[in-house]
Amino acid sequence: MKVLLGIGGTDDSLDALSWAAERSSTTDDDLTVAILENPGSDRPPEEIEAEVETALTDHGLDAEIRHVEGDPGGSLVDLADGEGFEQIVIGGGERSPMGKIQVGRIAEFVVLNARTTVTLVRT
Amino acid sequence: MSPDRLYPEEASGPFLEPPVEFTDKEGRAIEIRVYEERYGESLTAMYAEFDPADRAQGIPPSGESRVESWLDVILGEGYDVVALDDDRVVGHATLVPDGDEGMELAIFVFQTHQGSGIGSRLIRALLGYGASQGVEYVWLTVERWNSPAVALYESVGFESSSVESFELEMSVRLAQTESTG
Repeated sequence: MKVLLGIGGTDDSLDALSWAAERSSTTDDDLTVAILENPGSDRPPEEIEAEVETALTDHGLDAEIRHVEGDPGGSLVDLADGEGFEQIVIGGGERSPMGKIQVGRIAEFVVLNARTTVTLVRT
Repeated sequence: MSPDRLYPEEASGPFLEPPVEFTDKEGRAIEIRVYEERYGESLTAMYAEFDPADRAQGIPPSGESRVESWLDVILGEGYDVVALDDDRVVGHATLVPDGDEGMELAIFVFQTHQGSGIGSRLIRALLGYGASQGVEYVWLTVERWNSPAVALYESVGFESSSVESFELEMSVRLAQTESTG
């Protein structure tokens, strides 16, 4: 399956990276990683890319890494729907101090707008 | 992740501090008290039997062991009050520090005791207790479609502070009471 992982640098997006890399290493999934510009994340793009490369190396994957500019949700949906991806994988939300799951803006936009199937990763 | 939170300019309160005793709409004698360790077992039991349909954003978690670890975290810091029916916990409201200047609020009433006016007393007692301990800034998130919950929060002064995602974020500023301790 042609899988597109969207990663913007929040903790839940890093969890999604581990999940997708793990899955791709045990299936025939063809993984592409899209690094997004998430204004809600404190991690700079270089740090995200380093995390992505480490995860790919750890799982013996040779996945394509794309840097996506502009609105993160809109660009991810555009890429997935426009290039024949069969699944979008994104983080499943951050937890509040109370433990409540809070689904972020990017995830909401992607879920509501993508024609491609979306997986929200929970750990 | 979230930007600095907004709080209403006008303070709410004062709210009556626990203990609070009243008769609910079903004629049951209900007591609201500050949480103590002796209520722990009953509190865990309430959450272990909590109706899955009444969960909010993943809490309470499912299964007794997950409930226990979740309670370990939230009871370990912050402020908690419980509603008791004949010494059995039927409601719980909690303030958990957010690591910044505020506290996050959550409130749960057991399914057998919902719709009987307990939530309204419970949240007031929690805010009264919090204010007495110096808490000024309180916020929460709630699913946008949950209008009974939103109405309850508005009734004690919460205002919408962010509508940017699935959940509505609301906040309140508490009037500071004279310290009693």
